[in-house]
Amino acid sequence: MNDELAELYQELIMEHNRHPRHYGVLAPCTHQAAGFNPLCGDQIKLRLQIENDLIMALMFEGKGCAISIASASLLTEALEGKSLAEAHELFTLFHETLTGQPESSHHSARLGKLAALIGVQAFPSRVKCATLAWHTLEAALANKDTPVSTE
Amino acid sequence: MDKHFGKVFSPSDLREIRNDFPILKVKIKHRPLVYLDNAATSQKPQCVIDALDRYYSHYNSNVHRGLHELSELATTAYEQSRQRVAHFLKAKESCQIIFVKGTTEAINLVAQSYGRPLLKKDDEILITALEHHSNIVPWQVLCEQTGAKLRVAPINLQGEVIQEEYEACLSEKTKIVALAHISNALGTILPIKAMIAKARAVGAITLIDGAQAIPHLRVDVQDLDCDFYAFSAHKVYGPTGIGVLYGKKELLEAMPPYQGGGEMIQSVSFEKTVYQNLPHKFEAGTPHIEGAIGLHVALDYLHSLGYEGIAHQEHELLLYATELAHKHHLRIIGEAKEKTSILSFMVDNIHAHDVGTILNHYGIAVRVGHHCAMPLMEFFKVPSTVRASFAFYNTQDEIDALFEVIPKVREVFQ
Ligand SMILES: Cc1ncc(COP(=O)(O)O)c(C=O)c1O
Repeated sequence: MNDELAELYQELIMEHNRHPRHYGVLAPCTHQAAGFNPLCGDQIKLRLQIENDLIMALMFEGKGCAISIASASLLTEALEGKSLAEAHELFTLFHETLTGQPESSHHSARLGKLAALIGVQAFPSRVKCATLAWHTLEAALANKDTPVSTE
Repeated sequence: MDKHFGKVFSPSDLREIRNDFPILKVKIKHRPLVYLDNAATSQKPQCVIDALDRYYSHYNSNVHRGLHELSELATTAYEQSRQRVAHFLKAKESCQIIFVKGTTEAINLVAQSYGRPLLKKDDEILITALEHHSNIVPWQVLCEQTGAKLRVAPINLQGEVIQEEYEACLSEKTKIVALAHISNALGTILPIKAMIAKARAVGAITLIDGAQAIPHLRVDVQDLDCDFYAFSAHKVYGPTGIGVLYGKKELLEAMPPYQGGGEMIQSVSFEKTVYQNLPHKFEAGTPHIEGAIGLHVALDYLHSLGYEGIAHQEHELLLYATELAHKHHLRIIGEAKEKTSILSFMVDNIHAHDVGTILNHYGIAVRVGHHCAMPLMEFFKVPSTVRASFAFYNTQDEIDALFEVIPKVREVFQ
């Protein structure tokens, strides 16, 4: 397989796509939001239990391409037990990395497993798939009720 | 372009035709481009590209505004295009041809200029379940404005409109019936002539969304007896940004303008403005002049190829691709008896977006997504499909190239 493709669909991504973590409905929850990517029809619902600015638990459900599902799954793994400030910071790092910002070359260590999504860089049209869950997170934290869209 | 081709293109005809399209020589990721996204927009033959170049190099000027030589040349070319379109659609008069941005604008124009003044609460607008968003949303807007109701004639699992159900949806309440001639997502050809007659029998006016039909079928608006017919130039080998609304004269004449501005007036004073006659009443502002000129050349080009040869070649490609799709155990979405060269499919339960990315890596351009027909995707219970849409310049080799990637997709997702 072509290198860029192999990088995009690397094993960790495919594994999270096949077996997404924290998949389902979290009830009760304090925050939730729905995210939608109108280009490809990907839909994700994210529910979180937040106490004292700490993400105690979070779960997602939805339909989408391998990248959006794996990204959502990786997000839930990365954010469990993190503070809101840490979550925002991680999103900034992640977004800068995917969009290939110059300062992002130093981020990969801090991204942990999320770095598996770096391959998306070579596929600009797929960045929205990878960031859908994160935009949904932002909406949930802002407690916006209307579905967010990545367009 | 003076050459006329036979009812079946020979291999050398096909090579010659392919050579008319410079973009087909482009390489994507070091491989020859395989362009199978013709339903989204078609490629442009050299003659169309040259016509745009000639206009800007030799007679660029505004139309209907100047007495100088260039303006006259531009005006003549612009109006000749209108005549060409009228002739092409077999319209009675060229003033029934309104240049618009595209199919979308044509439908919005009819909704707002015809529908809005006329429709009342509880009147009905009837569409079908396979419409493009541009033949859904303008009617929803109109319903919000007038209190009218939108009804939807259902389809069967093959992707055909169920004719008994369609008839059952029609009543004296139905004021507007808006139908795709061909579904962009499935390729289904609707039996619109019979459907128009049924709509007419209850007193409804009809609008046909011909965006996908004009590239494949000869259309005769008088024979169809539709009230409005819309299409986009960019899907018939012409430029983007221009399209056509055909309308029956008495309807167009009775309708108020869609937009106000220059070109569409006879006289303006602050007390009273007198509108132009057809077609200019509906063409406010400087129009897409080179678009009209390019469309004229595109229609000439299509005419020189002939619809028989085009239909034959595209049908062969569809049969070949459908056979390969079965061989590769793909789920085909849309298996109408009457369909054009559109093949929508799913590879197992792999998301179309992933399939599209992998295909693109091998230089193959297809459309993936909901094809601006989200209710239709809902009906088939898929979030999106992969859509390969073929034009007469495509080849069996290109279809082979598409299907050679399918096992590679499965390998990644095994
Ligand atoms: C069936 C159908 N209707 C309407 C449209 C809208 O055409 P345009 O975007 O050129 O206005 C399209 C093209 O996308 C189409 O396929």
